[in-house]
Amino acid sequence: MNEFSLYVLDITMNSVRAGATEIEVKLEEKDDMLYFSVTDNGCGMKAEQVKNLKDPFFTTRKTRAVGLGIPFLTMLSEQTGGTVEITSRHEEEYPEEHGTVISASFNKEHIDFIPLGDMTGTVVTLIQGSPEIDFTYKHIMSKGTVSLSCRELKDMLGDEVSLASFEILEWIKEYLEESYESIK
Amino acid sequence: MKSFEELMAIKEKMKDKVALRNAGDDIRVVVGMATCGIAAGARPVLNAFVEAVAEAGLSDKVTVTQTGCIGICQYEPVVEIYEKDKEKVTYVKMTADKAREVVEKHIKGGAVIADYTIGAGTL
Repeated sequence: MNEFSLYVLDITMNSVRAGATEIEVKLEEKDDMLYFSVTDNGCGMKAEQVKNLKDPFFTTRKTRAVGLGIPFLTMLSEQTGGTVEITSRHEEEYPEEHGTVISASFNKEHIDFIPLGDMTGTVVTLIQGSPEIDFTYKHIMSKGTVSLSCRELKDMLGDEVSLASFEILEWIKEYLEESYESIK
Repeated sequence: MKSFEELMAIKEKMKDKVALRNAGDDIRVVVGMATCGIAAGARPVLNAFVEAVAEAGLSDKVTVTQTGCIGICQYEPVVEIYEKDKEKVTYVKMTADKAREVVEKHIKGGAVIADYTIGAGTL
């Protein structure tokens, strides 16, 4: 994968598949570093599963025998001198407060880092696929912050209009693009 | 700057349309969005389908959805098209341009583009 936004999409899809209803995607750029995290209230994982996450030959999926999402992210992070951390609470052990937090750091200036790419495309794709999920997106940069809250949009739009309708997706896309443009 | 007033205007405009809309699911376009699909370029393919379906005025008839790994990672981006009473069509190695062509010829025109399907001998 040649742009960071695709890693963000891929990692966040794990939270979608974990049945989360709220997912926070956060990017924070500070000096040379980029800190990325995804926090969800999905089903969570047991300690055994968390331990095996960085092993590409470990997966719970049935369609193929390798899982590359987290190994890819770990490789990109570690080759720039960063780290990846995953904490999770499985719903059986924590019925009230379950979910997963994955955070990764990257040295943006490292030669092995890749362009951020189309973050707007990633956010729009996530909302298109799961309009029922309350995504929160936050990208903090030295010059300002780009953010979006699906909960707020839904409160404004009411029940009749889905966030996945084309007109709304277009609005979100232009809103994010303009937000990025305004703090360039 | 995009305003929330504009968003509310879209909402008002759509309310009327929603009332007319039946649970339109005549055709379902399913794009594989697991690691394999994403790495191979599924995101622009998905967005091209969403745009082309809306531009063709087919939003009431066609839904575009995402799924996980379909199991044929070497052929990603993979797109499956389900239509009532018809056999499923599997398009492979898709691009945004091919997606627009599929909307035009297959979804709108009713003619499967055999060259892009998994059965095509060119793969």
